[in-house]
Amino acid sequence: MEITGEFIAFFILSVLAICGAVFMIFFTNVVHMGVSMAFTFLSIAGIYFLLNADFLAVIQIMVYTGAISILMLFGIMMTRHKETEEKLNRPIHYWLSIAGAGVLLVSLVLLSRGATFVSDSVDTKGYGIAKIGELFFGTYMIPFELASILLLVALIGSIIMAKKEGQE
Amino acid sequence: MLIASYLALAAILFVIGLIGVLTKRNAVIVLFSLELMLNAANINFVTFSKMGLVPNLNGQVFALFNVVVAAAEAAVGLAILFAIYRNRETIDAEKLNLLKG
Repeated sequence: MEITGEFIAFFILSVLAICGAVFMIFFTNVVHMGVSMAFTFLSIAGIYFLLNADFLAVIQIMVYTGAISILMLFGIMMTRHKETEEKLNRPIHYWLSIAGAGVLLVSLVLLSRGATFVSDSVDTKGYGIAKIGELFFGTYMIPFELASILLLVALIGSIIMAKKEGQE
Repeated sequence: MLIASYLALAAILFVIGLIGVLTKRNAVIVLFSLELMLNAANINFVTFSKMGLVPNLNGQVFALFNVVVAAAEAAVGLAILFAIYRNRETIDAEKLNLLKG
């Protein structure tokens, strides 16, 4: 494989993403875990840029590295009772989970290497935001409206659930 | 750039998220790992939207819907965790065993 700019960018971004996720697993301070996950989400936005998904990359930065990371940090700070996270008390459960996840990883990678779903010509000329808007307000009109209703329901539901009980 | 590299990256992130969901004790971190798994699925959608057998924009649109659902899930999940914390004074996943027989 020849070394191209895309390869170098992909290498750096994927190493950053995987490092952030692995640090999330191994950190003990809960706030550090949240910050390393924010780095992972930012690197995934870079991966989207590599895949010609500019709009999705910007959305990823706004929603994930912006909103969800801050939301989770608030959640950690408002529910924290101790600084550090302890390991599970059940060693069998712990090692079985890791072994199962490892088997899943190996089978997924082997499957994706064995299958052939590569197209010959990649035409990304029409991958702009205008085309996405046309799709949203044309083919995907009903799901788009349903998504807005879903967001409204989630907003109202989370307010009601987070409200103190017995408070009218 | 090979399609298999993107798929392998998504698989690795998905598996790390799965390990986080299965082994972490803080319920907020479990929710966060769930977001990582959804993100790995999104990487697959976008990869196939560029390099799949029939490359078109539908993959990106689907990933955007996925982001919407993930954001709603995070908000509702965190609200449930706040309610649990108010009642039980803990969000340790090992101590939430009210439904255990």
